[in-house]
Amino acid sequence: MDKIKLIIDNKEVSVPKGSTILEAAHKIGIDIPTLCHFELKDLDIHNKPGGCRICVVEVEGRRNLAPACVTECTEGMIVKTNSIRVLNARRTVLELLLSDHPADCLVCAKSCHCQLQDLAARFGVREIPFQGEQSSYQLEVSPSIIRDMNKCVMCRRCETMCNELQTVGALNAIERGFPAVVSTAFNQTLANSPCTFCGQCVAVCPVGALVEMDHTPKVIRAIADGKKTVVVQVAPAVRVALGEEFGMKPGTIVTGKLTAALKALGFNYVFDTDWSADLTIMEEGTELIDKLTRHLNGDKSVKLPLLSSCCPAWVNFFEYHFPELKDIPSTAKSPQQMFGSIAKSYFADKIGVKREDMVVVSVMPCLAKKYECARDEFKVDGNPDVDYSISTRELAALIKQANIDFKSLEDAPFDSPLGESTGAAVIFGTTGGVIEAAVRTVYEVLTKKPLPKLEFTELRGLEGVRSATIDVDGFKLNIGIAHGLSNARKLLNEIKEGKSQFHAIEVMACPGGCIDGGGQPLHHGNSEIIKARWEAIYEADRNMPIRKSHENPSIQAIYKEFLGEPCGHKSHELLHTHYFDKAKVIEVKLD
Amino acid sequence: MSVKIEISQKTRTKIEEICKSFNNEPGELINVLHKTQDYLGYLPAEVQEVVAHELKISTAKVYGVVSFYSFFTMIPKGRFPVSICMGTACYVRGAERILDEFKHLLKLGVGETGADGLFSLASLRCVGACGLAPVVLVGEKVYGRLATDDVKSIVEEYKGGGCAV
Repeated sequence: MDKIKLIIDNKEVSVPKGSTILEAAHKIGIDIPTLCHFELKDLDIHNKPGGCRICVVEVEGRRNLAPACVTECTEGMIVKTNSIRVLNARRTVLELLLSDHPADCLVCAKSCHCQLQDLAARFGVREIPFQGEQSSYQLEVSPSIIRDMNKCVMCRRCETMCNELQTVGALNAIERGFPAVVSTAFNQTLANSPCTFCGQCVAVCPVGALVEMDHTPKVIRAIADGKKTVVVQVAPAVRVALGEEFGMKPGTIVTGKLTAALKALGFNYVFDTDWSADLTIMEEGTELIDKLTRHLNGDKSVKLPLLSSCCPAWVNFFEYHFPELKDIPSTAKSPQQMFGSIAKSYFADKIGVKREDMVVVSVMPCLAKKYECARDEFKVDGNPDVDYSISTRELAALIKQANIDFKSLEDAPFDSPLGESTGAAVIFGTTGGVIEAAVRTVYEVLTKKPLPKLEFTELRGLEGVRSATIDVDGFKLNIGIAHGLSNARKLLNEIKEGKSQFHAIEVMACPGGCIDGGGQPLHHGNSEIIKARWEAIYEADRNMPIRKSHENPSIQAIYKEFLGEPCGHKSHELLHTHYFDKAKVIEVKLD
Repeated sequence: MSVKIEISQKTRTKIEEICKSFNNEPGELINVLHKTQDYLGYLPAEVQEVVAHELKISTAKVYGVVSFYSFFTMIPKGRFPVSICMGTACYVRGAERILDEFKHLLKLGVGETGADGLFSLASLRCVGACGLAPVVLVGEKVYGRLATDDVKSIVEEYKGGGCAV
């Protein structure tokens, strides 16, 4: 590769051709400040509009200051990143940004996590000299996401995530000049747009313009209400990320401390979504076995591939963008919803608590889960199976509020019976995990032989679209995996065109799967954090004594004493759902 | 502000044809919108949805372009669209007073269309007829060297259905 030599702040540096000044500076330990710039290189996500001008530097021989994030290095270039001219320009840019930004940092949901606030602190801004017009947009509250566009700095990261990573197309820059802002078509609400509530826009917003709908006050009230039995479930990806909120190394598995913290918070029962992930495998796996058996017996009416249905943003995506395929996904509810359904029937009966006196809370790495639990089909007489879904970040805030010193907590176990789980369940937290868990069970149930190997490394990885063929005792099971909805779109287009060769496809909406969900601790573009969580998920799997869903004794017991058989009558009633055509229909009047 | 309409099959087919004439190429969005606005006079939300569908791009993106360029409008123009030039030459020769007079007589603000659909009012920048300043256009007809007193007769000229534009 061609190398280029340049001098930055009197230091010589050699970089590959095509590198930006920002990258070259980073290489020699010069930390040029940025705001709009955002990259997750390993996941091929780039937002480089070069718009905010915080990263400007002085290039010898060039009249104007150059934005370091988009200016390519040239041979012999001499760059100054901290001259008085640069510092003054950056300060002015910052002061102008702040002049149209609400100064409500003390009560902003993003306070202490805001990159604009960080910059103001870094530059020691003590007053905002510019006084002028301020934006005034209406605050929008949706079940998952709160949009306060008065705080938008037009970095357009959300637009990049929504359009390039997800191909959802809910958000776009509209208007020009001062009124320019990121919005939906015709300024509709997110609920009236094709938004899937994946929350990736929230995960990358540098300021408080996009934040999650905070349910922690409701959770605190439920716990304080003596008449309510409050049950909590925790998703797999939470346990490999929550520690980051308390200064622990990314990828630290904190399952025991997490359980202890939930008990200390006062939840009556601390259960595990991993338990219902095992249940999901029993239902979805049985569905796959049934379809495969009929397909192999020549039944032409069988629709394959079977699509996974655990990810609520993915469900929203195909309901909006591919409604014609709504009969293909598995009808199995997501683990969150299976848990709620069983907690408020089987478990409520078991402990003699009325449905309306039980509150089910879920802790999720996800913002779409908030939308999912509010869907009408997951309610009985208006009472939701899952009352409140809070994000990993919200749980961290709750723990801090309750004076719990997370790092010094003694490990505690999950409660029984909805707390026992397997290694197959914990890998639901990352891309490829759901299908690997399914394969572990489908193989043994279908062939009635023990698995020759437990770990299907061919299903693992962080490439956007992956495929693998698994030898199921002679039968070649073709599996497709996609994470990021743009990648899912590719596989769906193949199905639409009748070109799909897969028997089963797993989709997760977020890059890397739930480990990088919209509700996880913010990674600020550091993909090493995502990789550390990814490795931790597989480590958590290896740490489990049982690693196949169908061997979970508590799952075996519930089928024996309550559900009957997988995909049986009772399962269909409690554990399966249906999907809707939510494509926006353009009304056509005939002349 | 936009107008909620139900588009007819005929309109829909026409928009589809326009898109097709540009090979449903997303890069041709601006040209498609120009042609569509030429045909309909404006670009209501429902029309933008059809364009988005045909070009396989998001409606938000189409709306982003429509809201960016001042040439595009989501409000139907009147049968007689009145445009007052606010370019420098016209401005210094009293265009603002002319505009105020139109606002007063038509009871319309800039960018608005009357309830009867007869007039709409717009301001624009330099039509390249500075020698005639101040200039007003009604449809494609140009009125030059206007004084505020002339405005009333122009409005009267069109009020009864006027001459064709």
